[in-house]
Amino acid sequence: MKQEDLKKSNRTIEEIYSSEYKEGFVTDIEQEFIPKGLSEDIIRLISHKKEEPQWLLDFRLEAFRKWQKMKMPSWGHLNIPEIDYQDIIYYAAPSKKPAVNEDGSKKEIDPELARTFDKLGIPLHERDILAGVAVDAVFDSVSVKTTFREALNEKGIIFCSFSEAVKEHPELVKKYLASVVPSGDNFFSALNSAVFSDGSFVYIPKGVKCPMELSSYFRINAKGTGQFERTLIVADEGSYVSYLEGCTAPQRDENQLHAAVVEIVIEKDATVKYSTVQNWYPGDKDGKGGIYNFVTKRGICKGSGSKLFWAQVESGSAITWKYPSTILKGDNTVSEFYSVAITNNYQQADTGTKMIHIGKNSRSRIVSKGISAGRSQNSYRGLVKVLPGAEGVVNFSQCDSLLIGDKCGAHTFPYIDCANPDAVLEHEATTSKISEDQLFYCQQRGIKAEDAVGLIVNGYAKEVLGKLPMEFAVEAQKLLSLSLEGSIG
Amino acid sequence: MGTILEINNLHARLKEGREILKGINLTVNEGEVHAIMGPNGSGKSTLSAVLAGRDTFEVTEGEVTFMGENLLEMSPEQRSWAGVFLGFQYPVEIPGVTNTNFMKAAVNEHRKQKGLPELNAAQFLKMMKEKMAIVQMNSSFSSRGVNVGFSGGEKKRNEIFQMAMLSPKLAILDETDSGLDVDALRIVGNGVTALKSPENASLVITHYQRLLDYIVPDVIHVLYDGRIIKTAGKELALEIEEKGYDWIINA
Repeated sequence: MKQEDLKKSNRTIEEIYSSEYKEGFVTDIEQEFIPKGLSEDIIRLISHKKEEPQWLLDFRLEAFRKWQKMKMPSWGHLNIPEIDYQDIIYYAAPSKKPAVNEDGSKKEIDPELARTFDKLGIPLHERDILAGVAVDAVFDSVSVKTTFREALNEKGIIFCSFSEAVKEHPELVKKYLASVVPSGDNFFSALNSAVFSDGSFVYIPKGVKCPMELSSYFRINAKGTGQFERTLIVADEGSYVSYLEGCTAPQRDENQLHAAVVEIVIEKDATVKYSTVQNWYPGDKDGKGGIYNFVTKRGICKGSGSKLFWAQVESGSAITWKYPSTILKGDNTVSEFYSVAITNNYQQADTGTKMIHIGKNSRSRIVSKGISAGRSQNSYRGLVKVLPGAEGVVNFSQCDSLLIGDKCGAHTFPYIDCANPDAVLEHEATTSKISEDQLFYCQQRGIKAEDAVGLIVNGYAKEVLGKLPMEFAVEAQKLLSLSLEGSIG
Repeated sequence: MGTILEINNLHARLKEGREILKGINLTVNEGEVHAIMGPNGSGKSTLSAVLAGRDTFEVTEGEVTFMGENLLEMSPEQRSWAGVFLGFQYPVEIPGVTNTNFMKAAVNEHRKQKGLPELNAAQFLKMMKEKMAIVQMNSSFSSRGVNVGFSGGEKKRNEIFQMAMLSPKLAILDETDSGLDVDALRIVGNGVTALKSPENASLVITHYQRLLDYIVPDVIHVLYDGRIIKTAGKELALEIEEKGYDWIINA
């Protein structure tokens, strides 16, 4: 046996985690940019580029004026370096405009873009695509392709980019936009409302069960830009949809901003499953570079008997600030939040959920699994709020933390605000650690240290991974192991 | 009769700490069962940890040859693949990882290293069932987290079950009898005896004679202050039981 092999396999926990980020490449493509900086003129320019109606420009300008009066939130357990909002490019798009058919559908996508998405495992040709998954592919500020549009259209399902929805279904966009996340909700939602570029739009008509998984894939490519995703999902009465989003970005020394707003409206007896596999570039092992992921996601279970299920695997980003939340407005509504947040090296995550119980007999469940390695900081922050009129509310919350090594941090900030004595609220929390003893035990049985960490972490996250659509659960499982590569030494 | 393990003048200490092993010499051949006895603090557990490659200790002098290879150059997992098994005195709990998944990862890694294909689910479960029977383990253990919530006896039975799954060339059993009642002791002892073959060997580390009623050794070594101070046949265990260690130490 070679001495080098010995060193390699004899690493301790401190050393296993500096992984190769597999999606860190840059696509070399001609892109058009607008000048950097943020002003009313820039917003007018974005709106003009997207050929938007006046009401939407007004919405943006109003949001911008609110934003100018707001301050970046500082209550997160995060150390966020100063962000110069005038030093960001707010719009970048591949300059070769895809040709548009007469019926408004896009012609073949630029081959270089197709190759990029292929490389990311997101084939955009319907013949190659994952069976049963429709994809909206967003590249920097624009959606470049939405698959299966026509097939879905036959059922009355609208699945297109947000920009297309503005043109083709303005009445729906106007009705629901900012109905769940008002532009002035918070600093980042105001910023997003002012400068949002593209995202997905989903409408499932009454009584329709969407026959395939819908997904959006967000790719940041251009240097010096920010991405401002805007997604709106509307599930009409008695409908069902399962939606998944994924994202990646090139490996760069500079930080890039992703500030998204996602709104979900669920009418009576409808069900939405919303899954996220977040894999933005996390920065290098010394904490250089990486995406700032500041996201507002919120759904409203508007009608009685409606349901919203969140499942998220958060493995990327230098800093994550994200609390997918549900307003349980209707009676007998149900929401669940299942989350795995994994941080390594110098990553920071402050993530969790809010369950706002307004309807009678509304029920919610929170299962959060944090995994911290390296010198990372991982916080769970959650709120369970019960309003006075909400009789018969039940909530169960479970927050677990797993530590790998002894230089990382795990924190939980659970808040309960209950104005109805009838509510049954349960909270459980655990903290555990992958120890040298566990690793040695596995190694003695012939399991390599890295594999042992993967085994332990996946065992720990099993309950959450089981909530992802099957096609993605395996990918997510691999991602967890990859994210922790190099964390053991 | 080939030699499995040859230890020559082995010195080891806690990393940056005091010396614990002060020149061990020991040869274990195929088909043999060696017992290592000795009072507390004599270095018995250190010897087993050093042989398994625990990095809290460092070897300062001497050689260890295992199946003709330099054992000290191998990582812990390489030693496992080569056929070294350590039955832990305190088996470690791994929440969230079922006994089945744990053993599947271990067995398949061993097979991979030997260039064999992975076992399919049916083959693997059949193997699990057979090996669990050796230590009378209930099938419900296979779906439970590794050692999580197991009693002392269950943990030790689990160690012998894992040993059966991996069929090691050399089984080092570190105080496997500690914390066992008479029934568990019998099950564990009989399990180890059932796994004995002319091709493998065991190194049974124990404080007391009682385990040796079930696992009959060919040779007994007494370890004291980091050295083997006496080597004799199995009758030595009874003498120690009767008279303690002082007469050997002071001899």
